[in-house]
Amino acid sequence: MDHATPLERWLRGIALALVVLFFMFPIFWIVLMSLQTNETILRTPPSMVFEPTLSNYSAIIAGRLDSNVASMGIEFMSNLKNSIILSTFSVALALLLGVPAAYAFARHKFRGSEDIAFTLLSFRFAPPLLVLLPLTLYFQQIGLADTYVGLIWVYQLICLPLILWIVRGYFEDISPDVEHAYRIAGHSWFATFRRIALPLAGPGIAAAGLLAFIFAWNNFVFALVLASADKQPVTVGALAFVTASGIQYGQIAAAIVLSIAPTLALALYAQRYLVEGLSLGAVKG
Amino acid sequence: MAIAGDLPRRRWRVPTGALPYLLSLPALLVCIGILIPFATAAWYSLQRYRLSQPWNRGMNWGENYLNFLSDPGFWNTLQVSLTYAFLTVGIELVLGLGIALLLKKSTRLNNFISIMLLMPLMTAPALAALMWKLMTNANFGILSYFAASIGLEDFRWGSDPSTALFTVILVDVWVYTPFIMILLLAGLRSLPTQPFEAAELDGVPRFQQFWRITLPMLMPYILTASLFRLLDSIQQFDIIYALTQGGPGDTLMVFQVEAYLNFFQSTNIGRSAALMMILWAITFFLSNLFVKNWLRLRARARGEI
Repeated sequence: MDHATPLERWLRGIALALVVLFFMFPIFWIVLMSLQTNETILRTPPSMVFEPTLSNYSAIIAGRLDSNVASMGIEFMSNLKNSIILSTFSVALALLLGVPAAYAFARHKFRGSEDIAFTLLSFRFAPPLLVLLPLTLYFQQIGLADTYVGLIWVYQLICLPLILWIVRGYFEDISPDVEHAYRIAGHSWFATFRRIALPLAGPGIAAAGLLAFIFAWNNFVFALVLASADKQPVTVGALAFVTASGIQYGQIAAAIVLSIAPTLALALYAQRYLVEGLSLGAVKG
Repeated sequence: MAIAGDLPRRRWRVPTGALPYLLSLPALLVCIGILIPFATAAWYSLQRYRLSQPWNRGMNWGENYLNFLSDPGFWNTLQVSLTYAFLTVGIELVLGLGIALLLKKSTRLNNFISIMLLMPLMTAPALAALMWKLMTNANFGILSYFAASIGLEDFRWGSDPSTALFTVILVDVWVYTPFIMILLLAGLRSLPTQPFEAAELDGVPRFQQFWRITLPMLMPYILTASLFRLLDSIQQFDIIYALTQGGPGDTLMVFQVEAYLNFFQSTNIGRSAALMMILWAITFFLSNLFVKNWLRLRARARGEI
């Protein structure tokens, strides 16, 4: 690589610039758009010169939009709240269920353990609507339709396999000798799990939790099928917002920016673990 | 564990053999609740079942499936789904590999760029589709403006049957190329350096090094990444639904969108369930292939082979 010709270095530079342009431009453009009024958005030719305004954000946060024609309510903040509730509780539940199971799969090769682990993994790959469509009928019968509890339960389909397989890998990387020593010193199994195994696998558990949060947040189809307007997260809410508000492009852009900002921030924060998490531990980052 | 039995601190204690089952049971129970709807879906797929005609409900065994054979709508769905899946994965693979090769050297700039490229991947696909919908809006969309300024005056992106597939594939490529890129980049950087140094000494041209050394050594990563993406892509729903709802007409009626619309719009539950069972059969086959490759790669990453 060190003896690359100047021409080659130029070509590489141009190729990289194009790559960055293609992948970054949409995010850049949507942020620009969210800082403009409708008049500047609709200008032709489009121009980067404009007076930035936060009015779109303030309209969304205040929950209403006053224009010279009429004023309408915006429910977007409640979508944001729903996203936070659904993702947080789904991940919490998945950690509660998944970490002990991951420990069991990592430490005890018991009969059927691989089969159970793979059954759990297979949920990651099955078409979600296959399960969701009959589930809507069941949920209506047992009263779980359009409740947070029902949604959080179904969100386990995304969160559990992810947490189970990533955390299992981290437990397998810890040598069992430390745990044996602690057990022999007379501590109970639970104390060993809590004081030795959990802290050692801590970073892995945190990374798996963050990734599960991102995937739960980004999910669209579960809530589209199972939630009505007052329980919808941002992904579904933004689509409804586009349909309802028609031409309020500035607000739509601001809503999209608010919806993607949390996951982008988390991803940048946890980027060290992303590679390993995304490949379910097949590739070390 | 003989000592443990003599210790004074023995309150209630679980037989050691049962412990792992107890630990994994809650996770399993939560998911078994999900298995019930799966069985129900299989059952519905064998029924004549429309929500609008409850009196007409009954078993018709394989008729839903047999009807597919003479149903152009079904063949269209199959064709669109496969085209979408293979085109997206193919393009993402070539682009992802190219970008990974560009970023192979671990410099500060390259690492910064590879982190930046995570951002599309972490954007919810449904929201990404909305962003592109705004960008391709005929009135003010920046891409429509660019298209017009290079002479494509009447380029209507997602709303024209001839360009709708191109548009959704573009969004898919934007979201998921970084996935393949970061997997292949991690793979590239984990390759041993000796073969490359030896080839360098022998004066093997760079192009040959790529075909003869890099590509074969990278193959397990390429295979795992593409199978993973293929599994997701054949089930694509979010991007297509958010961008065009399967339209215009039936140009983008992939499996999940078609099943969703069958269920909620035409309330033909039997057909919808049968469609999902066929998609499930495809993904089951693919996921078996994937898991085999993934396990091999995982064992290698953990240094077991």
